[in-house]
Amino acid sequence: MVVVRSPYAHARIVSIDTAAARAAAGVVAVFTGPDLRDDWKAAMPCAWPVTEDMKNPDHFPLTVGEAHYQGDGVAVVLADTRAHAVDAAELVEVDYEPLPVIVDVQAAAQDGAPLVHEELGTNVSYVWKLEAGTFEEDADVVVKRTYYQPPLIPNAMEPRGVVARPEPGGDVTLWSATQVPHILRLLTAATLGMSETKLRVIAPDVGGGFGSKLDVYAEELLAVALARRLGRPVKWIEERSENAVSTIHGRDFVTTLELAATKDGKITSLRANVHASMGAYLQLVTPGIPLLGAWIYAGPYAIPNYSVTFTGVFTNTTPTDAYRGAGRPEATYVLERTMDYLAKELGIDRVELRRRNFITEFPAAIASGLTIDSGDYHASLDRLLEQLGLDGLLSDQQARRERGDVKQLGIGFSTYNEMCGLAPSRILGAIRYAAGGWETATIRALPTGTFQVVTGTSPHGQGHETAWSQIVADRLGCDPADVEVLHGDTSISPYGLDTYGSRSLPVGGAALWTASDKIIEKAREIVAHQLEVSADDLDYDEGTFSVKGSPDKAMNVQAAAWAAFAAHNLPDGMEPTLEATATFDPPNFSWPGGAHAAIVEVDTETGDTRLVRYVAVDDVGTVVNPLIVDGQVHGGITQGIATALYEEALYDEDGNLTNGTLATYLVPSAAELPSYELDRTESKATDQPFGAKGVGETGTIASAPAVINAVLDALSHLGVTDIQMPATPERVWRAIEEARQ
Amino acid sequence: MIPVTFDYEVAESVEHALALLGGDPDVKVLAGGHSLVPALKLRIARPSKLVDIGRLSGLAYVRDGGTHLAIGALTRHAAVQHDLLLQEHCPIVSTTAGMIGDPQVRHRGTIGGSLAHGDPASDMPAVMLALGADFVVVGPGGERTVAAVDFFTGVFETAVGAGELLAEIRVPKLGESTGWSYRKYHRRAQDWATVGVAALVHRDNGSAVRASVALASMGGTPLRAKAVEDAIAGGASPAGAAAHAGEGTQPSSDSAASAEFRVHLARVLTQRALGDTM
Repeated sequence: MVVVRSPYAHARIVSIDTAAARAAAGVVAVFTGPDLRDDWKAAMPCAWPVTEDMKNPDHFPLTVGEAHYQGDGVAVVLADTRAHAVDAAELVEVDYEPLPVIVDVQAAAQDGAPLVHEELGTNVSYVWKLEAGTFEEDADVVVKRTYYQPPLIPNAMEPRGVVARPEPGGDVTLWSATQVPHILRLLTAATLGMSETKLRVIAPDVGGGFGSKLDVYAEELLAVALARRLGRPVKWIEERSENAVSTIHGRDFVTTLELAATKDGKITSLRANVHASMGAYLQLVTPGIPLLGAWIYAGPYAIPNYSVTFTGVFTNTTPTDAYRGAGRPEATYVLERTMDYLAKELGIDRVELRRRNFITEFPAAIASGLTIDSGDYHASLDRLLEQLGLDGLLSDQQARRERGDVKQLGIGFSTYNEMCGLAPSRILGAIRYAAGGWETATIRALPTGTFQVVTGTSPHGQGHETAWSQIVADRLGCDPADVEVLHGDTSISPYGLDTYGSRSLPVGGAALWTASDKIIEKAREIVAHQLEVSADDLDYDEGTFSVKGSPDKAMNVQAAAWAAFAAHNLPDGMEPTLEATATFDPPNFSWPGGAHAAIVEVDTETGDTRLVRYVAVDDVGTVVNPLIVDGQVHGGITQGIATALYEEALYDEDGNLTNGTLATYLVPSAAELPSYELDRTESKATDQPFGAKGVGETGTIASAPAVINAVLDALSHLGVTDIQMPATPERVWRAIEEARQ
Repeated sequence: MIPVTFDYEVAESVEHALALLGGDPDVKVLAGGHSLVPALKLRIARPSKLVDIGRLSGLAYVRDGGTHLAIGALTRHAAVQHDLLLQEHCPIVSTTAGMIGDPQVRHRGTIGGSLAHGDPASDMPAVMLALGADFVVVGPGGERTVAAVDFFTGVFETAVGAGELLAEIRVPKLGESTGWSYRKYHRRAQDWATVGVAALVHRDNGSAVRASVALASMGGTPLRAKAVEDAIAGGASPAGAAAHAGEGTQPSSDSAASAEFRVHLARVLTQRALGDTM
């Protein structure tokens, strides 16, 4: 299957001639939007209608009548080979009538802007507010800054791919490179009007997602619909450059942030006004992305008066949706940038200003309405400063300035917290998200003393098999190699809410922990029965029950598992087999935090900025696997640095994506980056059974502002006060030139 | 990701390659493939036939030609980089070869393929232009030699005609009195040059008397920076001469840099490259 996509960002489809394509070698069928319109019993799903009056245009897997972004699908070609399908797709003749295009998110929200969807009468999808207290307009100091965070292309290593195979009896099996097999099954069935019992979704080993595979995509729906229509398997593999337009983008926010403070540096009020681009359509959770940051615009600081307003705006660009951090990097970036401006305005050291405003008492009820269960922001910052050698860096910086060196040094800070581990179901319900946020796990003791684990989370590179095995091994006293972890198949894990939002360990791991409690309790009854003692008389340690006072009278979980399987001698009324399922619905979000510092060297002649050092101290609570955690932090930081220095999806005024290849969209590699200096502090999560917090997004959330603050620090003596992300050499050069004049 | 359908032939000799090319402009030569294959996958290149010269091992060499070194067109960038003759007599070529792309590109891509591709953002064309290299082109009518100044004729266009093959590149041996530098500005290790500057400066009694400077990615072909060369000949300092680096250029604006920034970079890099040679 190959999708024919609109080359125009906005155009009326006058006609589509598929005759030549249908006659081409190997072609099985060609369909257009109107051909398939009746296959869809509902429009493509958006699971997060953030307000009652949110505007959501009809969105179908192939558009009907108009294309609304460059890449919008207009027809689909199915052939016996991919090569034949690609050849035939070139023969589909579409007559387009170009329409006015709007790309800029702020301009799109103005009256009189070209409309992305004429029928809505506006480009504004929704306005959402969160307010507590009143902004102190007459405070000693008020700083107000506006920031642009450009759209980003997630670029998972593996592009998307889909196979749909019809099965006997009208069933369909869908393999998809997705983060969310369970959500995909539910919503694919709903969109196609199928019973969900007829659809099995398998997410095999998936090569990364970063949120971009947290979605229900046109190609998944097309593959299932066409497999049913044609009665034969349908396969679609996304091309790398196709991925740049057909998979969601992240960010594209314009934010004005105001902070009010007393002259001694106590911040009293915060007000954020955000224009967030939705792109051309609402994908699965597009409108909710800004909301995922709504509660943390004050970050780790105690700020009593709090106001956040989001305006969701349609533009003629690829739809936006979750990209690593999803709403929280957007919040942290504007806050941490503004903290530096406020420090300058007040004449207070930037580190000291942060310290004066840290939340120190936990649990902490914050102005935005949630409660941070635990944290120690001073501890992370202390550890960071121990590692950093700030005095030496500052004297190096001073010496370079005095010599007028071409290469200047900058040091930037970012102290942050975030909320992840999605999520308490009640809170999700209160903010109009369609589903809950619980997770399930099953542990099945097999006869030979090994354990089978079924998780509703769906790893795509995070190492769940390893970490989940460690948890079971620790709790039940077996070798981690004796734990088999099954995931990513709706037929073996019927319940699950999948993997995103740094939720798998804090929520899915908690379900696993709770299931292991149940295994231990049932095993205890079996052991007590077999040893002819009371269950209360048994001690339990790392898989072995022993009789209090007679430690040689002992039996382990594996022996209990065999007893439960054989069922020769179980307590009266006990069901055979040792198996437990638990569902964990977290009472709160997970609240990691920490302190990061970036040291950059800026070539003041070419504008070239290189990261010299990056030091990060994170508090993610209990760590199950340090190597996995370091890997997550490493990758997360890299994506934040990429945001700060390299990556940006560039659209021209006609809505053409002008850098949609990996030769022009600059994903940095190890060659551009130093080794990071990572360390951790630990304040355990109190609303999670073993104290773990999420870690998948922390690095991305924290790092971009540290890097930009460092660039501005390097250039502050030249009079440079602002620079737009990414700080490309040309932008740095222009900023220096402008400051000179 | 999937090219248009094309025929594929393997050349067993130069003569066989020329016969397979047959003077047809829709037939392309496949050498290392590191420029052509991406263009095929994007369907930017839509040849009717590829003639694979990858097995013509007789075209992979560096030889001492007396006053010059002769480099076979099929010599891989990595072989050029590590060649001892080049390192001794024309190190700007071996050093620049080590700056091309990434290790994978350098081990597959060939010097002749890169030059015949005529990409104005490539490194080696500017170096060859600064060196005044000669290009040996073979065709059905025999062999002809094209001067570097005549070789690069446009964006992705060279003097190699339909039915012809670039066989050899001849570069001069540089004497003790010649300083050299290739400066390349790029964002990531594997990127093309946003701007590249190749500089050769001939010294007499320690002072620069003559310079040869060529720019990459400052126009549709590599360009000689004549105003810079004239300034050096007139006794200007590197900074004074480099101020002229933008003269006569027509850089493009793209996602890597605006034309204005490219002119600025050309000046900075020219100054640095000239400084390297002093």
